Amino acid sequence: MDLSGAFTAMWADLPAIFSMLIVGAAGLVVILMEAFQNRDPRIPWLTAGAFGLAMGWEAFQLGTAPDTAFFEQLRTGGYAAYINLLILGAGLFTTLVSPPYLRRLNRNFGEVYALLLFATVGMIMLGTSNTLISVFVGLETMSVCLYIMAGLLREDEGGIESGFKYFVLGAFSTGFLLYGIALMYGTTGTMHLPEMAGAFPDGVPLLFWAGVGLVIVGFGFKVSAAPFHMWTPDVYQGAPTTLTGYMSTASKASAFAALILILFFALPSAQASLVLAVLALITMAVGNVMALRQANVKRMLAYSSIAHAGYMFVALASGTTAGYSGALFYLLVYTVMNLGAFGVLALLEWDGMAGRKQTLSSLAGMGLERPVLGASMAVFMFSLIGFPPFGGFIGKYYIFAPAVSAGLTWLVIIGLLFSAMSGYYYLRVIYVLYMQTAADVAEADRAPEGGFAQPAWLSTAAVALCAVLLLVLGVAFSGVVDVTEMLFIQADAMAQTP
Amino acid sequence: MDFAALTSLVIFLPLLGALALLALPSAESIKWTALGTTVLTFVASIGLFMGYDPSVSTADMPQMAHVVGGWFPEGVDVKYFVGIDGLNILLVLLTTLLGPIVVLSSWYYIEHSHKGYYALLLLLQTGVTGVFMAFDLVLFYVFFELTLIPMYFIIGIWGGEDRIYAAIKFVLYTLVGSLLMLAGVLFLGYAAGSAQGIGFTTDWYNLIDYTIPLGTQTWLFFVFALAFAIKVPLFPLHTWLPDAHVQAPTGGSVILAGVLLKMGTYGLLRFCLPFFPNAAQSAAVLIAVLAVIGIIYGALLARVQPDAKKLVAYSSVSHLGFVVLGIFAFTTEAMQGAVIQMINHGISTGALFLLVGMLYERRHTRLMEDYGGLASSVPVLTTFMILSVLASAGLPGLNGFVGEFMILLGSFKSTVLDSPMLIALATSGVILAAVYLLHMVYNTFFGELTHTENAEMTDMTMREFVLMAPLAILMLVMGFYPQPFLNQTQPTTDFLLETIEAKHIAAIEAEQEATASATHSPAGHVEDVESAPAPLFESMPTALRTAAPSSPASSSPTR
Repeated sequence: MDLSGAFTAMWADLPAIFSMLIVGAAGLVVILMEAFQNRDPRIPWLTAGAFGLAMGWEAFQLGTAPDTAFFEQLRTGGYAAYINLLILGAGLFTTLVSPPYLRRLNRNFGEVYALLLFATVGMIMLGTSNTLISVFVGLETMSVCLYIMAGLLREDEGGIESGFKYFVLGAFSTGFLLYGIALMYGTTGTMHLPEMAGAFPDGVPLLFWAGVGLVIVGFGFKVSAAPFHMWTPDVYQGAPTTLTGYMSTASKASAFAALILILFFALPSAQASLVLAVLALITMAVGNVMALRQANVKRMLAYSSIAHAGYMFVALASGTTAGYSGALFYLLVYTVMNLGAFGVLALLEWDGMAGRKQTLSSLAGMGLERPVLGASMAVFMFSLIGFPPFGGFIGKYYIFAPAVSAGLTWLVIIGLLFSAMSGYYYLRVIYVLYMQTAADVAEADRAPEGGFAQPAWLSTAAVALCAVLLLVLGVAFSGVVDVTEMLFIQADAMAQTP
Repeated sequence: MDFAALTSLVIFLPLLGALALLALPSAESIKWTALGTTVLTFVASIGLFMGYDPSVSTADMPQMAHVVGGWFPEGVDVKYFVGIDGLNILLVLLTTLLGPIVVLSSWYYIEHSHKGYYALLLLLQTGVTGVFMAFDLVLFYVFFELTLIPMYFIIGIWGGEDRIYAAIKFVLYTLVGSLLMLAGVLFLGYAAGSAQGIGFTTDWYNLIDYTIPLGTQTWLFFVFALAFAIKVPLFPLHTWLPDAHVQAPTGGSVILAGVLLKMGTYGLLRFCLPFFPNAAQSAAVLIAVLAVIGIIYGALLARVQPDAKKLVAYSSVSHLGFVVLGIFAFTTEAMQGAVIQMINHGISTGALFLLVGMLYERRHTRLMEDYGGLASSVPVLTTFMILSVLASAGLPGLNGFVGEFMILLGSFKSTVLDSPMLIALATSGVILAAVYLLHMVYNTFFGELTHTENAEMTDMTMREFVLMAPLAILMLVMGFYPQPFLNQTQPTTDFLLETIEAKHIAAIEAEQEATASATHSPAGHVEDVESAPAPLFESMPTALRTAAPSSPASSSPTR
């Protein structure tokens, strides 16, 4: 290998990772600032600024042709920009809603923002990776930061449980992933995803499929697919709510993006389809059935996020480019819905334990008392069910339509029946918000006098923006779909003209 | 004059009104804006009525069609496509007419959160008119689901004591049906799209041009019919209806009975029959039996209700049984009767709910035993009640008679049902209707005035008179001279029946050809078999599947 041109090549590739550089550098600056002044009030602004700057940069990359950078380690171009915008947007939202919430919990440390920034760097790497090495490095960078964020409330038993459980199970799942990567590398002799598919001109060895299976298990943990979902409710409940929102969206988005890249580029055929279909079935069933009986909103949303992972696996099971781009579109819609929902919960928190003990009933009457937050929450819930004219409906369309065209109609019917079931627990939130008052609920569920803080206008605006965005995604979505399809169309074109 | 935009105006004017309401401060200004919007919408819909010409064929395009593409990306033929034909023109008019009536009826009934209530009411009207005018299946689905959200809030916030149970039950019942239907929509869209070489299509005209293989028709018909049967509601799926009706505020009940239920029967007529003619005819007897059970069972339950509102609710189950019976008789008379009966039921049952609501506003009870002898204290209200009851019971000379008579006549002649016994049983529903309705009138308005507080009850106010008058006039006009209304619908019902017949034969022929070629020369006709959409649970070739994940494998450059 000739390394003489390596440095110049890498120098030229630097713009491709502009977001990672900006966000990573901001993380280092935040740590320095925290060292000089505890809880420097400028830190959240700096973080938001870094996210905003990176988003601006990525927005200009949306139309560019797909390419790779750093010796084909990372993917760049329109697809990468889409995933990065999603992750960075989640980071920006989290930064906007976190300060008032963390201040109430007395946890508004600068380190939180540094971790947020570093986790984002890992996510970007994971979501745009083109080799199994960058998949692993990105995943670990992300996960280590998330373990700490989950255990942020270290004096609270729920916080300890959250952090510890996430760490132990996460480390365990990484083992599966690593073993899978080893098997895939061992059988193909390459780490580059696009080269793997062509590595077997005469029949795929079983060992390769074993590797793929282990990788799917590893990702199953990260995206909380059943039966690898056990950690999800406890971790989501014990972690600070705004960070839960970030975990449940950005980390899932980047993990799903990486899984899509592996399935699309590395697999020689769609033989994983049935496995993914079964995974989808179990995940939808577990998520929806368990969510029915949750009294705690955060746990309910945790199970709901499991259910939504199941829907996304339906799209992956279709094994077509339409399915993959449908899943990418759904990731966006899902991210907006869930971030918003967790954002509302964070802004209405009052128990001083990150809402760990906060029941659904504690939201009674909030819809009329806080009209903007209430209406936004109603939009998120309707969208999560999949009602038009919100993004959730279009997302479900793009999930289920490719599956029908791939002959998985039975799975689609089951998935839609589970969506109908989900109507029960999402509508319960709306009825508590609008059709009950504090007088209707038990004493223990009532907020203490003045318990609900007046949310900061910036945080409220960020939540309302999510609701508006869902409405926009439900009506004018065709541009976004074009972007998600571009990756696969252009990838095909590239493959055909070597 | 550009009529195309008028259809969209009728749909979206209420939505604009709803948005305008949100900015208004006082309850008075909100009410007047809501009233103004609905009246304006009604006037605009009169324009639709004037512009609609029954002599112009709608076999290729609805009239005053408004098409806007670019909603979905290229390669997916889903578009904003609305228009008017004989099937929906009267239903649209009924919806826009009930709009101002419902606003007026809620004037004092709604005591809190005016802004939310009237905004949701207007949003609901947008949804319902959209459902009736949509000529694209996905667009229809969007409007169909859109009606659920406002209705959920209207029942849940402004309803009676058990409102939350009723609201959630209402939404979940509909949701199960409509989400199953969505699976059917996706499958049908791909099947028709790949057969016609356009990928995915839900254009109504493309779909009725596509003959679905018999095996596929059965399950598709089942999921579509289930969604609509829940909405109608057909026995035994009707249990959500009494709960929703009794708990809803008067305005909500009127919309629910007047137009929301019609979305089910309209869906059966618009989609189930022309899309799946063979399956529909095979299932006709089964559905007709359920409809007749609904007619009689609903009537018997109505008879024993002590609560006047519940009585009217059960009468809806009974009356809509007639509509379903008429739809599945597959004769011109019965189908026209069904369309007319949808309108009639909207008018007379709407009127009954309004009148029961007026009594409730005065005494805050709906139990018939709390009334009695009201005729002497509220003579005007009594007159309207008797008129509405007689119209609902199908007295000749009033509107109810026309529809029921045509349905029963057409069903007797039906070769698909071919069961005079069944129709004879259905006819008993007319008698039972007279029994339970007259029973209610007797107990409430005649006999002795047992409760003293009823003696000083105020009669109808000017507002109440104004909102009842149009309905009463329509009952008389449609009863005495139904011909103009029938003329509006006839060309379309004829077209539908012709389409159903032609497709019915085409599907059977295709099936026979397939079996014949399979037995005689299996090799020669492989292409035919493959080009037909595959049955459920099997892989289906489509245009969208061009870039399967195997493609990069086969062609990626090896380094």
